[in-house]
Amino acid sequence: MAVTQATSDAHSVVGKRIPKLDAPDKVTGATVYADDMRIPGLLTAAIKRSPHAHARIVSIDVSKAEALPGVHAVIHAGNVTQRSFGYGHDNEPLKSRKVRCIGDEVAAVAAVDAEIAQQALDLIDVDYDLLPEVDDPHAAMLPGAPVIHEELDIEGNVSMRWDFETGDLAAAERDSAVIVEGTYSSPQAAPAPIETHVVIADFDPTGHLTVISPVHMVFMYRKELADCLGLDWQRITIKQPPVGGSFGGKIDIDTHDFITVLLAKAAQRPVKLALTREEEFIGARTRQPIHFKLRTGADADGNITFRDAEVVSDNGAYNAWGSHAMLVAMNTVTSLYQVPASRVRSAVVYTNKNYGGSVRGFGNPQATFAVEQQTEELADALGIDPIAFRLQNANTADSTTTQGLEITTCGLTECLEAVRDRSGWVERRGTQREKFRGLGAATYIHVGGGARIYGSDGCGAMIKIDDSGQVALISGSSELGQGSETVLAMIVAEEIGVPVDVVTVTNSDTDVKPWDVGVHASRTTFVAGNAARLAARGAKAKLLEAAAETLGIAAAELDIEDGMILRNGDRDTAVPYAKAIRRRLLREQSSIIMSSAFYDPPTEKQDEGFIGNISAAYGFGAHVAEVEVDPETGMIRVVGLWAAHDVGRAINPMSCEGQIEGGAVMGIGLALTEELPVQDGRFLAPNLHDYGMPTAADPPRIDVTLVETIDPEGPYGAKGIGEGGIILPPAAIANAVADAIGIRPREYPMRPWKVVDWIQRNETSTVVDQRTGEASA
Amino acid sequence: MKLSLTINGDPYRENVESTQTLLGVLRDDIGLTGTKWGCLTGDCGSCTVLVDGRTVVSCLQLAAQVDGSTIITVEGLAGRGRTMSDLQDAFVRHGAAQCGFCTPGMLVAAEQLIRDGIEADEKAIREGLSGNLCRCTGYNKIIDAVVEIAATRG
Repeated sequence: MAVTQATSDAHSVVGKRIPKLDAPDKVTGATVYADDMRIPGLLTAAIKRSPHAHARIVSIDVSKAEALPGVHAVIHAGNVTQRSFGYGHDNEPLKSRKVRCIGDEVAAVAAVDAEIAQQALDLIDVDYDLLPEVDDPHAAMLPGAPVIHEELDIEGNVSMRWDFETGDLAAAERDSAVIVEGTYSSPQAAPAPIETHVVIADFDPTGHLTVISPVHMVFMYRKELADCLGLDWQRITIKQPPVGGSFGGKIDIDTHDFITVLLAKAAQRPVKLALTREEEFIGARTRQPIHFKLRTGADADGNITFRDAEVVSDNGAYNAWGSHAMLVAMNTVTSLYQVPASRVRSAVVYTNKNYGGSVRGFGNPQATFAVEQQTEELADALGIDPIAFRLQNANTADSTTTQGLEITTCGLTECLEAVRDRSGWVERRGTQREKFRGLGAATYIHVGGGARIYGSDGCGAMIKIDDSGQVALISGSSELGQGSETVLAMIVAEEIGVPVDVVTVTNSDTDVKPWDVGVHASRTTFVAGNAARLAARGAKAKLLEAAAETLGIAAAELDIEDGMILRNGDRDTAVPYAKAIRRRLLREQSSIIMSSAFYDPPTEKQDEGFIGNISAAYGFGAHVAEVEVDPETGMIRVVGLWAAHDVGRAINPMSCEGQIEGGAVMGIGLALTEELPVQDGRFLAPNLHDYGMPTAADPPRIDVTLVETIDPEGPYGAKGIGEGGIILPPAAIANAVADAIGIRPREYPMRPWKVVDWIQRNETSTVVDQRTGEASA
Repeated sequence: MKLSLTINGDPYRENVESTQTLLGVLRDDIGLTGTKWGCLTGDCGSCTVLVDGRTVVSCLQLAAQVDGSTIITVEGLAGRGRTMSDLQDAFVRHGAAQCGFCTPGMLVAAEQLIRDGIEADEKAIREGLSGNLCRCTGYNKIIDAVVEIAATRG
């Protein structure tokens, strides 16, 4: 690993490779995940799902299931109180009139054990009236296509449109020397955490509800739970257990959460629902396929002149929040590199398929696959090295994009230079075609300082310092395994001046913790980190006041360093901080050393024209991939992947690497193997054997470079890095395939049989050279 | 039926159903929840345990078939008590555990590879651990930890 250090300022904790605080428990099997909890009287839940992609529900008969001994509750739309939920309120926890995809929930049971629950499901009779189904979004938009949501006032199954235009597109086209055009598609893929969803719900005898759920937008979850089920949200406690991976799959409230609560209410017993692996694929949220028709132009000097995109996002049967992946995809079309004119015309379309959610990267891998292939196609058409072309067009610090994204710090140039040099790009790109080897690059822009999708983008933090000197941080944000707890503890330790091992982090219980939007959009280090830092500042001031009183010295003369109170910096007379505050804390009429803060980044929601600075900082990164293609079998092997990311400041370099390496391998999976193939609405491979998740033997060692740009708004200069790693491999690998065999991949995953087909059809770029008027394909 | 098992050095006599898996007995009957399940089809490796020195995906192993066996789970890798083996410590130091859900199975599989004398070679260890899926780390840091311990114990 290499770190490009922008500054050399010394910190005692920040910048250190500190192991995750929860790692010792995790490596000894002591961590108690939701399914590991042992709760007296716990019932097991199971869901009756639709086997049909599109059908009217004629009748549901649950009488035989209800009569089965050991069954404590059987619910369906006809015997519960529920309202529709999701963006646009287009979904019901239990479907009342229609099912719109395989896996749709029609009934559920709670029983004393899993075997009886399964028997009860088999005893539920559902009579369906089958309807014509559509699983292709382009077909769904045609006149006469099956109507998936009759209750909505929409046409062509289009649930939303995201349209944007800036600059003089016609003039930009005229000024272009070269224009590239093409189509680019992505598959339905799954976040596929190793732990499936596990939800536990329990009403106490007074009606107070406690839900144990791996959700990471906890406070909005509580609100939506109350709104949808008609509960009093002041009487709901959400506890988040340790989460066995999410990647966006567990981000917000879903059908199974409502159903577990409804079962607990009906059974008046605690109920647990654990999705099976198959249900995790068919009944939990996926990454939406997005289809791009893109044109990009450049002038003879190598400046990008315009981008023009027609986009169809296939979000499946319901919106969830997956409809908003277009927001991120749009940012990439308009704002990756300096693009004076751009247009995005897009439709989010309903189809009879499992629906899209907010999976890591949220629209950006799909958009970057299109945009960054055209970047290399353009550079090649102009005879300019693709990395040199990118450097020429790169975003810069202190600039504003046409969509109003205010870029404060930008390490895109440094990232490009790092991967260029470390991969041997200049000497090796375009030289290995006889070995069917090639190099390809890609870069991204992504939110790195929060994302104002909702009214607030804030997070609260509280700090308590007790008589032992233990520093307790209570953060609104949660840990998903990414290491945010450790990063927050490091920020607090650095700010107060104590060793990191005296800091504890509590972040899993809505009764205790302050509000937060939740973990999404690579925002935790930035937003929760700033909140923790502000709270720590307050706690430190109170700590020094307490010490001043005990020591009889003015607080202004005191500071704290590595847990020692120093007077005017004098180490010889230093006093341990806990000793200095203890007497004051335990006396009569004492006060508690406690501090709280709420941080909401200085950003704005985008207006109706999609203009606005949604994030207080933007993350950038560059990858170079090297591939080897077997032209006979079509197998692509990624033999090298160099990744450089602008992280602002690496609070914990080991954690930053972990996010990038993990994201990059997930991205390699997306590029080459991962997809949920669907035929007539049916999943062909809803299991981990066929899904194509990379094993240790598949990817190369990821070579990581951390670029530090010290963002002025980020905590110690840090920017978000949770999603960066996954965005680039599909684009970089596609470009490497083009370098290796001269074929232009139009879709991923780039499965061997597709590659063979592309080679046979000799699929290349469509380039119009306006100087000569020649078109080549 | 009644089974006699030695698990992490302790003797257990368990009444089990003939259809119960070893995973079910470990987690539900004995309460050793360190061993995880991610698929119940033998694909993810999260439920890996050692049965008489062999790695076994316990979700596909009927408990009745391992009567009399010596079993080691993640809780028993360091001997007894809440201590860490050299390999567990290496996982912590290298940042090899993120969400931690694959970690127990990964550690058990890696422990057996090392006991079987695998070379401290990245490629060999990547192949050796290819039955255990990790979704968080991208494997770099897991491989680093295992290579280090394979070398130091080697």
